[in-house]
Amino acid sequence: MKSRRNILIVIAALLALAIITPFSSSYVITLITHALVFAILAMSLDLLLGYTGLPSLGQAAYLGMGAYLTAILASNYGFGLGWSFWAVILLGMLLGAATAAFFGLFAIRATGVYFLMITLALGMCVWGLAYRWNSLTGGDNGINLPPRPEFGISLANDVTFFYVVFGFFVFTLATLYVLVRSPFGRTLEGIRERELRMRILGYNTWLHKYIAYIIAGAFGGLAGVLWAQMNGLVSPEDVILTTSVDALLMVVLGGPGTLVGGAIGAAVVTFLRDYLSTLVHWWQYVLGGVYVLTILYLPGGLIGIPERVRNWRVRRGRKAAVPSH
Amino acid sequence: MDARFWLIQAFNGISYGALLFLLAGGLSLIFGVMRIVNLAHGSYFLLGGYVALSVIWTTGSWLLALPVAALVIAGVGLAMERFFLRPLGFDPLRQVLLTVGFAFLFQQAALDIWGGDPLNIEPPGVLTGSVALGGMYFPVYRIFMISLAAVMGLALWLVMEKTRMGAMVRAAVDDSEMARGVGVDTSRVSMFIFALGAFLAALGGAIGGAFFGVYPGLDFEILPLAFAVVIIGGMGSLAGAAAGSLIVGLADNFGKALFPEVSYFTLYAPMVLILALKPTGLFGRD
Repeated sequence: MKSRRNILIVIAALLALAIITPFSSSYVITLITHALVFAILAMSLDLLLGYTGLPSLGQAAYLGMGAYLTAILASNYGFGLGWSFWAVILLGMLLGAATAAFFGLFAIRATGVYFLMITLALGMCVWGLAYRWNSLTGGDNGINLPPRPEFGISLANDVTFFYVVFGFFVFTLATLYVLVRSPFGRTLEGIRERELRMRILGYNTWLHKYIAYIIAGAFGGLAGVLWAQMNGLVSPEDVILTTSVDALLMVVLGGPGTLVGGAIGAAVVTFLRDYLSTLVHWWQYVLGGVYVLTILYLPGGLIGIPERVRNWRVRRGRKAAVPSH
Repeated sequence: MDARFWLIQAFNGISYGALLFLLAGGLSLIFGVMRIVNLAHGSYFLLGGYVALSVIWTTGSWLLALPVAALVIAGVGLAMERFFLRPLGFDPLRQVLLTVGFAFLFQQAALDIWGGDPLNIEPPGVLTGSVALGGMYFPVYRIFMISLAAVMGLALWLVMEKTRMGAMVRAAVDDSEMARGVGVDTSRVSMFIFALGAFLAALGGAIGGAFFGVYPGLDFEILPLAFAVVIIGGMGSLAGAAAGSLIVGLADNFGKALFPEVSYFTLYAPMVLILALKPTGLFGRD
């Protein structure tokens, strides 16, 4: 009952976004598209962090894989500029999944702080290659992409591109939602709560975590393909540690284990990084402050605020009721 | 590529490793005692360089700048641990994000106070020349870096092995819960370790300022290297941090000289392998 109401709220918000955005200024449209791309990355991470309890410090690696694949195919081979855009989307997801399948062999065995460290190291491996492998990645300068694909519709048009990214966002949200509500997703939650018990119950927890890791990698790759097309430039800046850390903050800020929370967090962080930074020079104080305050005072994230307000009002109501007894 | 090339590269690698030891020695102890992934550690390094610059500008003394910078930043680290990390309790993810938040705050503060231009710390004249040996030139400053790291390493080793505080730290690394059980004040140990870590990193930053300058972004550039040292050497072990620093310093130098295209990969891939196969590091205790 309650979850049905929440679904309706999300659908209403998505409809509102789809209807209102085209009437905004082109700057706002770009900003929202940017936030949606990172919302896909944040939701992919939420599958790991929020549902499986795996805090990955290297999610930018998969974004980088998708982004570099798109850029290299487009600028070196002229591939992906027409209908083949869809093939690139598929390839990007496959490459993200394949990379995660390889990295997962190392990472999944680790737990707690060690998982943080090993995913950080894996992310740095990808960054190192992007930064130094000049002949393939263009090194520090990165790769400039040709204009966005055209196939009947032109993605160079910001509104059209917004709708395409919006479509992928909804696709990601829906897919991951179905996934986390499935028995597979319930098992992941069980692993998050108490892995030992799940193992004793006969679940292959390693395999569950490994598959979740691969799926997260696939959607990270999807975000990468979209990011490359959105930005028109792919550089090592996209895969630095800060990107991975930002993705973590997005999830924690919005509310882990909710999917939608990651999207809200992505919107806030994108707003701070992209919009506030053009207004004031001290925007990093705000960003740093948001990190610190979220951690200290908002363990459930922004999405937990209505619930906390409700609880607070119930408690206050009870207190007020006491004297009349 | 003759013997001379190898010798010079090895010397460069070792002196770089010396700097990394200052940066990562404290990080390793913090990691060992508190299991905190401190992403603000690079900021201590950067701020150490900046504070040293300010001291040099006001007093003109380079010699005074090193201890002052290290002590000021030790105070910053101590306050961070006491007022923010401690109340959080043990929660790796939230601790990481909190330290990132501080890293961003420090970055902005550094930008506001010292500006965005790259700066350089001029070492005193005695340390600027080079020593000719067998037809090769060794910069005096690099020799100084190696000696300073060796002296600090020795002093730390003595503190860890011979003093009561050192014994408490070792106990906390081995089994924090048990140490608390037998009456070790692990809260005080954590505070001491955090301040010490910040002290060493800031000292490294002040020394390194003459080596690769002081500029915005240095903090996050140097941070992953520090983690590589900690992981390869094993957390909570000074000997491990020393060995890890040498390995990373040498791997970085030879990697860049021999296979430039995959040089960082050759640095972080071993880190992944070690984490996957022996998470306690090459020299860590199980």
